[in-house]
Formats: sequence, structure tokens, C-alpha cells
Amino acid sequence: MTVTRRNLLAGGALGLLAGCDQLGANPSFQSLLGLAEKGNFHIQRALSDRMALAKEFRPDQRSPIFRANGTREPPGPAYAAHKAANFANWRLKVDGLVARPQSISIAQLRAMPQRAQITRHDCVEGWSAIGKWTGVPLKLMLDAAGLMPTARYIVFHCADMMPGEAPYYESIDLVDAHHPQTIMAWALNDEPLPVGNGAPVRLRVERQLGYKHAKYVERIEAVATLDALHGGKGGYWEDRADYEWYAGI
Amino acid sequence: MTEASRLIFRHRFSTRLWHWINVITVIVLLMSGLTIFNAHPRLYWGHYGANFDPAWLELPRFPGWATIPSMYNLALARKWHLAFAWIFAFGLLFYMVRSVWNGHFRKDVALSSSEVAPSHLWDDVKKHARLDFHSEDARYNPLQKITYSLVLFVILPAVILTGLTMSPAMNAAWPWLVELFGGRQSARSIHFICAGGIVVFIVVHLLLVVLAGPINEMRSMITGWFKVKGKAL
Repeated sequence: MTVTRRNLLAGGALGLLAGCDQLGANPSFQSLLGLAEKGNFHIQRALSDRMALAKEFRPDQRSPIFRANGTREPPGPAYAAHKAANFANWRLKVDGLVARPQSISIAQLRAMPQRAQITRHDCVEGWSAIGKWTGVPLKLMLDAAGLMPTARYIVFHCADMMPGEAPYYESIDLVDAHHPQTIMAWALNDEPLPVGNGAPVRLRVERQLGYKHAKYVERIEAVATLDALHGGKGGYWEDRADYEWYAGI
Repeated sequence: MTEASRLIFRHRFSTRLWHWINVITVIVLLMSGLTIFNAHPRLYWGHYGANFDPAWLELPRFPGWATIPSMYNLALARKWHLAFAWIFAFGLLFYMVRSVWNGHFRKDVALSSSEVAPSHLWDDVKKHARLDFHSEDARYNPLQKITYSLVLFVILPAVILTGLTMSPAMNAAWPWLVELFGGRQSARSIHFICAGGIVVFIVVHLLLVVLAGPINEMRSMITGWFKVKGKAL
């Protein structure tokens, strides 16, 4: 009796496994799981102070080595030329639904009001690294450009594009865009941003996972909707691998 | 010769419902959790930890039969994990509120002072070693109560709270929680250790169910009715 029962259980377990894969591939089940994702976003936003700061660490609490992840160096002659010129000709554009489009050089960026923060970077894969980031609060740049009332999201267009692939991009909403720790960073641990970490300028959005922190940013665009951009899900990994757009969890 | 036996009502509806919901949610959480672990199968202590930092545990990736989905897909595993975590966490909360309310914890799980006496505990260890699980009144024995208390009040809350600290947004909202566990990478390690504890609990639990009489145990967890030796009252 116990043997048949055990066989039944083993068969059930195998069936469960196959069933889970089938369920996971089923669009209506995926949208059911997606409900939880939306729920996580709304509940986290409801539970937390919108301006709540990510913990800032002491200098001695930093990772000895801040690992680079994702693109280590954007391919192609354009980026190579920028790198050879020490990014003197790089321009960070701010456009889209703004009153006064901007085009900012790295030298101008360094001359603007700065914020430095020692924060923990959490990758979706599970690892964490702590480093000091210096940069310009995104809010200041958006204020200078003058966001139009129709703007709902801020999109970051990046220079990293692997051959034959869509370019990297990311997007955040205005709550995160106006957060005091959301900065366009040009320095890591008091050195100009290394190429592996997104030189010459990258986004830091400290309350979200690593893939939101767009590197090699060339253009900041204010938009009303994310639907028309690339795959329509608001980011490279969101389009490509169905990662959550809200990466606060 | 048949021994006289009688049926007694052992498990309330809330206990049974929670048990079977957990059979599904805990398995999904464990298996999708292994996919998430496979993304970076190294564990650290402290606030940070990545490839160049010393790991206290590094495991080979778990095979497909142990993970959800069976092919490596971190995004989909996270969707499974973060959706079923809701069912698991609120299931535990409702069960706990109900069990305080209806006296289940006080009457069935709490240990009396005589039960924690070393001699009593030793007797119970010896009884377990003899695989003697028969009792006259179907009440939980002291080892069972200690195990259930450890799982209910330590491991399950810890696995939920450490899970919350994996969220950078929650860490900004509730900074004390991740500090309580000694940093995000410590919390991730504790999350994994608790998951391991749950696996050990499930294995021992199933083994004991088989040894103690699977039909009687299954009936009691499905219908609530458990057969004990002794004449009807």
C-alpha cells in the first residue's frame, strides 16, 4: 500500500514539474503572476515614504572591488573614439517632453551641483557591491529642462548596443526620477567612471535592482508612455527577457 | 485479534486548509528559489558580496528537475517566487491569527513545564528512536511541539522577513529590517539556510508520516479525523 502511494507521489511530483513549465508558458497564467508584480509595485509604493533614502555606508564599508556587469565596453568605432578623446565630445542630451532641451558635456556635468553617496548596488542575480557614486541629481537636470505636464516617464538611451541587438535603454517613473539619490553619476570611488561601469555617465536609481541603472547614457528623454519605445516594456531586459519593469524587489 | 480503536477529531479546518495550500506554495517557492539561487550560486556574510569577495558557500548549480522553471529563466522564476510568496506569507499570517484566536497554539503547540523536563524529553527521544509513534490521545509529543514551534515561530517568519530584505525598495522603506540580519548578503544567506531547514523538515515530516501510519495521518489531515487505540468513550 505504501509503495503504490509512494509511486503515486513520485508520479505526482513529476507531473507537477511538467505542469509548472506548461503553466509558466501559458499567457493567462503569466498575466496572473504579473498581477503579483503590479501588486508588489503598488504595495511598496503605498508602504514606503516616496522620498525614503537607501542606506548610505561609510567609506570603509565599500567593496574592495566593484565588479562590472553586463556590457564591459560598448562595441563600435563611435564609442572607441569617445574613449580615445577621454569623452571630451560626449554629450548628454535631455529632450522629449521638455520645454528647454539640453545638451550637456561631461565638463559641464562636473561643474553642476553634485551629490556623492556610498550605496549598495543589488544585482537581480543576487550579488551586492558597495561603492561611492558622484553625480548630478537627475531632478536638477529635469528642472533645468522644464518637464511638461504630460511627461510620465524618464527614459535613458544608452550607447551600449551589441552587434545585431537592440540598444540598451531603461526607464523610471517621476517618483524615482525626482528622488534625491537618483543621480547621473560620472565618478565611482572618486575616480572617473571606469568603462566597465558605464563611462562617462550612468544612472543611479538606488531603490531598484542593477539592471535599471543604465550605463553609457547618451540621451535622457521625457515621455508620456513607454509603449512606442523598442519592445514597449520600458527597458532592454524587460523587452528581451521579461524582467519586471519595476525592479524595487 | 483486532485492537479496539476510535476516531477523534484532530485537525481543525484552518489547520488542514493551510497545510494543503502550503504543500503547493512551499514546493513552488523552494523550486523557483533554486532557480534564483542558480543565478549566483554563492553566499556571503555582511552587506556586500560579489564574485571577487570570499563566499562562505559556493554550490554547483541545481539541476533542472529541482527548479521552476526547469530551464534557467531568472525572470520567470522571480515571477513564480514573488507571486507565491504572497500566498505563503498571508497564509502564515491568517493561520497564526486563527491559531491564537481558537487556542490551537496554546492547547496543542505550547510546551508545558513537565514536557520540557530533561527526563521527559529523553523518554520522548527514546520513543522516537524505537519508532513508537502511538499515543492514546493523538496529542503532539514534546519533540513534535519543539519542531513545530521552531518552524512556525523561527524559520517561517525568518524566511519571509529575509525575503523582504532582498528588495532594495523595502530596505529604503524599512532600513532596520536588513540591519537586523546583518546586511543584505547575510540576509540572503539566512534566507537560503531557512529554505534548507524547511527542506529538512519536509523530508523528516514525510518519513515520520510513513512510519507512523500514512493512511491514518493522511485521513486526519484531509478529514480531520484521526484513529487512536482504545475503546470508544
